[in-house]
Amino acid sequence: MMPVLNFGIHHQVFIPAVPPDWPGGFWWHWLFFTVVIIAFVLTMVMGAIYIERRGMGRMQSRLGPNRTGPFGLLQPVADAIKVLLKENIVPVKADKLVHWLAPVVAFAPALMLFAVIPFQDGALLADLNIGILYIVAISSVSTVGIFMAGWASSNKYSLLGAMRNVAAIVSYEMPLVLAIVGVVLIAGSLSLNRIVIAQDIPFILLQPLGFFLFFAAGCAEINRSPFDLMEADSEIVAGFHTEYSGMKFAMFYLVEYAEAIAIAAIITTLFLGGWRGPLLPPWLWFVTKVMAVFFTMVWTRTTLPRIRIDQLMALAWKFLLPLAVINLIITAIQVLASWPDTLPWTLVMIIVNFTILAVLVLLWSKFFFRLGWGRIEV
Amino acid sequence: MGLAIGFWISASVIIAAALGVVLLRNIFRAALSLILCFLMVAGIYITLSADFLAAVQILVYVGAISVLIILAIMMTREVQRGNLSNKLQLPAFIVALLFLGVLVLTVTNTPWPITDTAPVVPTTTTIASRLFGEGGFILPVEIAAALLLSAILGAIVLAREK
Repeated sequence: MMPVLNFGIHHQVFIPAVPPDWPGGFWWHWLFFTVVIIAFVLTMVMGAIYIERRGMGRMQSRLGPNRTGPFGLLQPVADAIKVLLKENIVPVKADKLVHWLAPVVAFAPALMLFAVIPFQDGALLADLNIGILYIVAISSVSTVGIFMAGWASSNKYSLLGAMRNVAAIVSYEMPLVLAIVGVVLIAGSLSLNRIVIAQDIPFILLQPLGFFLFFAAGCAEINRSPFDLMEADSEIVAGFHTEYSGMKFAMFYLVEYAEAIAIAAIITTLFLGGWRGPLLPPWLWFVTKVMAVFFTMVWTRTTLPRIRIDQLMALAWKFLLPLAVINLIITAIQVLASWPDTLPWTLVMIIVNFTILAVLVLLWSKFFFRLGWGRIEV
Repeated sequence: MGLAIGFWISASVIIAAALGVVLLRNIFRAALSLILCFLMVAGIYITLSADFLAAVQILVYVGAISVLIILAIMMTREVQRGNLSNKLQLPAFIVALLFLGVLVLTVTNTPWPITDTAPVVPTTTTIASRLFGEGGFILPVEIAAALLLSAILGAIVLAREK
């Protein structure tokens, strides 16, 4: 029997997240959570679209859509009905089969991501022992859907858009995964439920640099502004979904927001303590935190100017990646030093980590990297 | 029972997809077929209770290698006309046939150890201590890492503009 390596700031809590004992067992559990996940994603996407359009409106000193239903609440429904009734146009020269399959291949991974995200203790479709690795693996499949859309449209702007998108995704995957590894080191588990259980204090306090790296890289992965190079109308029209209309365009639109919700849910689970919180029921905490993270995404979108494609690549390789590696090394040292778990020491640790964040970001932004230095051809 | 069904579905899709890679005239569709093949190999790993390996299979082969292949296809000139033809069909067929023969011979002649013990749960701890623990494969892991790093640096040096 191998001794279980138990170093870390937090003691590993071995509470097996047994799924609730549904009558009928496995298949009922599977059916129940599949329905819950689909309903959750669709509802959250509606909410996200509402927040994005109205919130962005307020931030830009305008009203936003406010005519459909009370406070414009039915606007996402109206949008959905409009887009579903539109004509489905497929280019003559398109690879019809691949053109049809692409939105499906892009949508399935976005939905599958939610299978391992705990809504409250043990309430998840599959408490995989390799949860976070599953998320990284599954999210990499969606690039294939983007490639298929770009290629099958038989349009050079679609193709260029897809290549841009994939270049960005591949580049930002590295700081993203390295930021995750820091959390995994502290929690001592790859299972998302155990990571949540390990967060007596949210990991954003112990891993502030990791949080910012993950947030930036996550926003870039899903093409949210300031990294939204898909919507470069003057350069590549609308990127890989230029030739999509009607229902299939709606699928890509849905994927965009489902991925944003997924990233928000992963950030909540990894850094913000997941379903944990006082007073309110756990699932409500989870939903509240997810929406708060999404609101922050909308906020950064309206605040920051978008960057050029070469700056996008430079930011990933020259800014985020070195910081992610340094963050990983520092976290590994902290974990190996087995810092005491008691309160004053944890406070010291939090202060130390925030100092490291400030020093590193200042150092890089002052001396080592500036947006617009040098040019990388993509 | 469920495992057997899973295995046979994965196995037959793997073979169909692999045939598709070779027989499809459209090279992009052939690449997509290859991706399906990789995914289904991950399915086989899952039936073998190797969950970590399955995730790594999807991450590396579907997420990285296939993307490289498709990027290479997109960079190729005149690829829109479908498969580029050359005179290497027959040699390729012979080499592939010889390789298949060697594989079949090896697989049928090796005494594969079969055990009744239940698979280890969780797999990650065991893999980690085998790779990085005492008496594990720490040296090969380090050598592989150094080799990959030097390959990456070499590629950058080769591709860099003067």
